[in-house]
Amino acid sequence: MTATAPTDSSSGTDVRLTAISKSYGAFTAVHPLELSVPAGSFFALLGASGCGKTTTLRMIAGLEQPTTGTVELAGKDVTALPPHKRPVNTVFQSYALFPHLDIYENVAFGLRRRGIKSVKKQVGDMLDLVQLGDYARRKPHQLSGGQQQRVAVARALINHPQVLLLDEPLGALDLKLRRQMQLELKRIQTEVGITFIHVTHDQEEAMTMADTVAVMNAGRVEQLGAPADLYETPRTTFVANFLGTSNLITAEVLDTSGETLVLRASDTKLALPRVRCTTAPRAGGKLLVGIRPEKITLTHADDAGTIPEGRNRVHGRITGSSFIGVSTQYLVDSPVATGLSVYEQNIERDSRLMPGADVVLHWNPGHSFGLDAAQSIEAGTDAGEGT
Amino acid sequence: MALVSDKPPAPRATARTAARGGKPTPYWLLLPGILWLLVFFAAPLVYQASTSVQTGSLEEGFQVTWHFATYWDALTEYYPQFLRSVAYAATATALCLALGYPLAYLIAFKAGRWRNVLMILVIAPFFTSFLIRTLAWKTILSDGGPVVSALASLHVLDVTNAFGVTEGHRVLATPLAVVCGLTYNFLPFMILPLYTSLERIDVRLHEAAGDLYARPLTTFRKVTFPLSMPGVVAGTLLTFIPATGDYINAELLGSTDQKMIGNVIQSQFLRVLDYPTAAALSFILMAAILAMVTVYIRKSGTEDLV
Repeated sequence: MTATAPTDSSSGTDVRLTAISKSYGAFTAVHPLELSVPAGSFFALLGASGCGKTTTLRMIAGLEQPTTGTVELAGKDVTALPPHKRPVNTVFQSYALFPHLDIYENVAFGLRRRGIKSVKKQVGDMLDLVQLGDYARRKPHQLSGGQQQRVAVARALINHPQVLLLDEPLGALDLKLRRQMQLELKRIQTEVGITFIHVTHDQEEAMTMADTVAVMNAGRVEQLGAPADLYETPRTTFVANFLGTSNLITAEVLDTSGETLVLRASDTKLALPRVRCTTAPRAGGKLLVGIRPEKITLTHADDAGTIPEGRNRVHGRITGSSFIGVSTQYLVDSPVATGLSVYEQNIERDSRLMPGADVVLHWNPGHSFGLDAAQSIEAGTDAGEGT
Repeated sequence: MALVSDKPPAPRATARTAARGGKPTPYWLLLPGILWLLVFFAAPLVYQASTSVQTGSLEEGFQVTWHFATYWDALTEYYPQFLRSVAYAATATALCLALGYPLAYLIAFKAGRWRNVLMILVIAPFFTSFLIRTLAWKTILSDGGPVVSALASLHVLDVTNAFGVTEGHRVLATPLAVVCGLTYNFLPFMILPLYTSLERIDVRLHEAAGDLYARPLTTFRKVTFPLSMPGVVAGTLLTFIPATGDYINAELLGSTDQKMIGNVIQSQFLRVLDYPTAAALSFILMAAILAMVTVYIRKSGTEDLV
């Protein structure tokens, strides 16, 4: 076997999970799911703890046997193979560096197991890639958390795996270091071109790093797509609430005849382009209208006349405001919904926008989205805050 | 409370530094331990050292004459028992490791909720006295008993006879019996430290090794075993040291041909009443064990792990 063995990024799909599921007794950790990860992509599995994302990752690594379904790597069924025979490597959550070996031997471990004798150059190059060249002879416990994390990445990457699996690799780092390592990992991935599958509960981390994000909830994939698509067009309330913050307004459908749906919430008429609606609207039925806080503009009620035509308008009263720095966040109660969240950029602050002021919230209907009203409006709100 | 909080913090801080640097409180806490060592370790050691260089007889009394020749005489006369002790103890230690390692591994990684039950079973023999247990072995291995008959009919004794560790249709009064007794009696001292060091190993290291192309056996050789070295060293020392000086197993399960150095020291002290020789033998044994242990720890490279 040569050193550059199993890299094959020419084929379209690196990892394909077919009807894969995992049950522990009566508890189903992962419901049967289908997943294809394109070669060379940075793929994130995002979800709250206990949603089955780590179990899914461990099934790809071979550390967990799926109850049903198959795992394919580059078109080859590896479901029955033990971990040491799969062309994947894992960066573990706690790094799992070998405490009795120095950094050099930790990184060389995989090469030596595959019978490669001259590892010096490869290990040196890899340690340079993660900027730890001077630390080769230290033991893991002599390194900081961030350095250990980079050793874990180097130890996995040196084997040129088909796929690199990362299990919450940045979870133990402080915020500043985490931001730094996110960029670092992204740089490394671009440099080596290996498929990364990254498990995280941090939605910001997933959106910063990944090309494609799969949002998981209770053992199922809720939605899969590019970060911007997930953010702008969530298809479920869970995704809407878990990725960032959404205001969800329950509305009644009045007219479905045109390209723009006409809805009513309380006594307020709202417009919503049909293409922004992920469920089939029915006249007389209910719909959830979602709008992101930063897409709403606040205007004092006295200036309501200056609001351009064609925007949705909702009257309300400010109940709270907090100054964040780049923006000010307002809470607004209105007849259509209480506790609406609005983020205003701190450019020209209107001093009248204080708690107690009557305001008009208005937004471009194209910026809102419509969701099936049959689901819980609260789904994903608690889970999203823990990050 | 008000008084305390009214005080500025500075004097309290200096008082604390003074306590750490100048006051002898910490040393007072060491006193019971130091006294214990003086009375029960240092004093007997000095007393025995002086005994070993005395001459005389029980009737006329012993005097310190700095007669170091006792050491040489003791060594030349009893070196076979010394060598036998080391050989038996080393064999028993090896057997303990061979039996104890898989068991400790099983308890640490595979036992699940049975872990505590199994640990109690390992310690259970300690609830009976060492002497009683060894006497029980004497009954179990008695001539013509069911165990010996079974071993004979299964031709196990033919094999052990061929190796010269048993003779004819006997197990009692053979090297086999003594080594088995030592192994049995010291097995828990091997298992406990092994278990402790194995149990501390993060199972994710096993997963990481498998993920990095190590077969299960390679994982054991390259990860599990090196990480359990502190337990191996501690276990072998805790087995080998007392086994070398043991005399009960040789006394009860062996014959005159299986006497160990412990038996010699015991009979010199209690039967022959040649105290200088007995004391000299004790010192030689102590020095020999210290030397072997030092070399062993250096060789296994675990000074910083023990």
